[in-house]
Amino acid sequence: MVAFLRYLINGISLGSVYAIIALGYSMVYGIAKMLNFAHGDIIMVGAYIVFCVMVYLSMPPFLAVLAAIVVCTLLGIAIERLAYKPLRQSASLAVLITAIGVSYFLQNAAMLIWGSNPKVFSSVFNVGNLRMLNGELVISSEALLTIAANIIIMIGLTQFTSRTKMGKAMRAVSEDKGAAELMGINVNRTISLTFAIGSALAAIAGALLCSTTNPNLVPTTGSMPGIKAFTAAVFGGIGSIPGAFIGGLLLGVIEIMAKAYISTELSDAIVFAVLIIVLLFKPAGLLGKPVREKV
Amino acid sequence: MTERQRKRSNTRMVPVPTNAIVPERDVNAIPVLETRHLGIEFGGLKAVEDFNLTIGRTEIAGLIGPNGAGKTTVFNLLTKVYEPTSGAVLIDGKDLHGMSIVQASKLGIARTFQNIRLFDKMTVEENVRIGLHNQIKYDMFSGILRLPRYWKQEKRQHEKAMELLDIFGMQDLADEVSGSLPYGVQRRLEIVRALATKPKLLLLDEPAAGMNPHETEELMENIAKIRDKFQIAILLIEHDMSLVMGVCEGICVLNFGRVIAKGTADEIQANPMVIEAYLGKKKEAAK
Amino acid sequence: MRKMKRTTVDAIISYGIVTIAFIIAQSMINNGAMTRALKGQMIPICVYIVMAVSLNLVVGISGELSLGHAGFMSIGAFTGAIVSTWLLGAMNVQNTTVRLITALVSGGILAGAAGALIGIPVLRLRGDYLAIVTLAFGEIIRSILNCLYFSLDNGQLYVSFNSPDIPGKLIVSGPAGTKAIKTISTFPAGFVLILIALFVVLNLINSRSGRAIMASRDNRIAAEAMGVNVTKYKMMAFVTSAFLAGMAGALYGLNFSTFTAAKFKFDTSILVLVFVVLGGIGNIWGSVIAATLLTVLPELLRAFSDYRMLVYAIVLILVMLATNNPTIRSLIVRMKNSVQQKDGIHQAQGGTER
Repeated sequence: MVAFLRYLINGISLGSVYAIIALGYSMVYGIAKMLNFAHGDIIMVGAYIVFCVMVYLSMPPFLAVLAAIVVCTLLGIAIERLAYKPLRQSASLAVLITAIGVSYFLQNAAMLIWGSNPKVFSSVFNVGNLRMLNGELVISSEALLTIAANIIIMIGLTQFTSRTKMGKAMRAVSEDKGAAELMGINVNRTISLTFAIGSALAAIAGALLCSTTNPNLVPTTGSMPGIKAFTAAVFGGIGSIPGAFIGGLLLGVIEIMAKAYISTELSDAIVFAVLIIVLLFKPAGLLGKPVREKV
Repeated sequence: MTERQRKRSNTRMVPVPTNAIVPERDVNAIPVLETRHLGIEFGGLKAVEDFNLTIGRTEIAGLIGPNGAGKTTVFNLLTKVYEPTSGAVLIDGKDLHGMSIVQASKLGIARTFQNIRLFDKMTVEENVRIGLHNQIKYDMFSGILRLPRYWKQEKRQHEKAMELLDIFGMQDLADEVSGSLPYGVQRRLEIVRALATKPKLLLLDEPAAGMNPHETEELMENIAKIRDKFQIAILLIEHDMSLVMGVCEGICVLNFGRVIAKGTADEIQANPMVIEAYLGKKKEAAK
Repeated sequence: MRKMKRTTVDAIISYGIVTIAFIIAQSMINNGAMTRALKGQMIPICVYIVMAVSLNLVVGISGELSLGHAGFMSIGAFTGAIVSTWLLGAMNVQNTTVRLITALVSGGILAGAAGALIGIPVLRLRGDYLAIVTLAFGEIIRSILNCLYFSLDNGQLYVSFNSPDIPGKLIVSGPAGTKAIKTISTFPAGFVLILIALFVVLNLINSRSGRAIMASRDNRIAAEAMGVNVTKYKMMAFVTSAFLAGMAGALYGLNFSTFTAAKFKFDTSILVLVFVVLGGIGNIWGSVIAATLLTVLPELLRAFSDYRMLVYAIVLILVMLATNNPTIRSLIVRMKNSVQQKDGIHQAQGGTER
């Protein structure tokens, strides 16, 4: 029972990381209708920045994460401007391949800058562990921070998209770019903003990921979590903020439970199998709206 | 009115047991289409309700009504793009209940689309060959291995496609990519493609849209020609009243998803409810 | 009849060019005019050409984005390795050609069967959802292969899941992959496989089934209204593609004495997709060229040593930006048109705008 609770909390913690990444993925998909395969690599860049600022500049973790957010935000905007914006009218496969090119670029640039040897990441937030049930259930401070960060981000984003002018503009652009433009919304700026927010979230996710489950930082660190987060976004219904949140949490819990009770080797297979089963019954994801083709 | 048109509109329409009218010549055969209390709801909204229509085997019928009346929805119901929420569709006396679009097509119903749906990247001839898909067959392995059956059936497909394209004199366009053709030609190609499936009932969704009066006149003649040549029934949706009144024997008027009038061109033109549906109530107009 | 002749002539020209390229490459190998590194790339080039051509059948001709093509390749690779070793160890088949052919065919059949099995759920989905599910299946196949152990003992084949405790000598050892497989793949075999793949795909495209596949891509509802069973034809493309990928995988597997399931990660699927997109979606001939050039490119970029993958990424991005630039695009279209008018060259079947 205690073991189950421990797995559950670990699962929610990992799921929270997925959810934060998935939120970024989902927002970008919603607005740019593209699978941004480079998103996972932004996580990796974020984690490296945190690492460098903490280790080489000996700055406190708080400033390191802030620096990572700034760098990733700028990186996200730059990538969108240089690589994706010229292709906005092109076939989505062309954009997909370009995103893959960007992903290769980031990974190989990281390889050149930081080398392929893993960097041992020290936690950005370690204030000891929370002990419960007579000390049998130990919850790390990082796990709690991750879960809290996820909830705050989810609520913040929901409020942002429903209350603020920029947030509403984002929703309008994701519904219909042409109509939004006619309504006087600056589509380019809105898309840039979406990439900026998504990338900032990726930076936070990078710091949390490496503080909790993935302390060995390598240039490919971001790719699998990126794919998993994308899966989470689809799982919950891509384009939907609560969908990404629920999808991420479920995916994390399923992964940890599969590892604990079935097989470590097969945990990924189980995660993907659950995704497939969900999509068979809910072809647009858990919270996605099915689209009917007009004849 | 030309002589031919006057003749058509004078086809004698007689009542049949299903509370409908069909041309006199078709009265002793099973109607090609019969719908009974057909209806569909989208999220509680009744798009089509209690739709009853009977079409004779060689009848040219019209389905008219103001925009948003539910005409295309009726076509989608007849071709199984939508599953009705109530009522039944019978093609040649067979109930379409639970059938797929493909099964409905195999029963002998073919259509064109309001927003043209050609296979854009394929040539004109290839488009027609898709229409022949279930008419002139051979399997995948004969195709890959180029067995004698492949050559024989390909030749038959080609000849048949050319013969069908000849209806509209489009043989010269056979190798053109269909997406690059002018609008009017695309509409005609859609008709040819639908005819290639050897239908018993052909549904035309606004066949004259975007055509000039001369082209419309030509189309009208061709619709009659097609019916005479293939001995099939045609149901068409059209806003061009000269075409509808000129070529259709029976006309059904739809408004807000319900049939408000059925009859011959003369009867429809004289029906006050039809005039009201199109022009609005006098009182409203005065406001 | 004119058109039919033209496509047939086109196909014969394609086979001719591939044959000439093969003869040139083979004579360069014989004369020692080819560097060792490039020589080592010959079989992988053949493998990737077949992979790209087969993926193009799904992505270009059938219009469905598949991100799990390497999964079928891995099934073929492992099947090929096991069948070949079994034929040698249990059946004492010494003839390498017989072993290679049997391995390729069984790899193809197993991958095709997997394609049929996966196709049933996958082809019910649309667009990006379909893409993510193919990706998921690719990863599932890899995870399962990572847990499989095969061994041969006294002519008896043993299989176990997640445990190496089986009698005899291990052929496949879970995450460590295949062990000491006799490498029997040859460059001529790769060449023949390319011809087979081209023959199958080009003939399929120019047949009733192929037209039905393309019609389903261009307009699903219209195709159904014409009586085309869209799911059946999408399945046909998917299974044929998986079959060819399985054969390519078997050739690939038997080119190495040892390989692991990790070799067939998502990255490999993406790599093949890059070939297809750069070669032109739906353009079979383009896939052949792109697969060749891009497999050789990292070798040619050796001069950049550490920077080569970075340069590769930049080249990829720039090519995508350039080919999708409206100005450059219209220029290419104009050039194509003028060439066409001169020679009456039949344009390749169009692709999907996704």
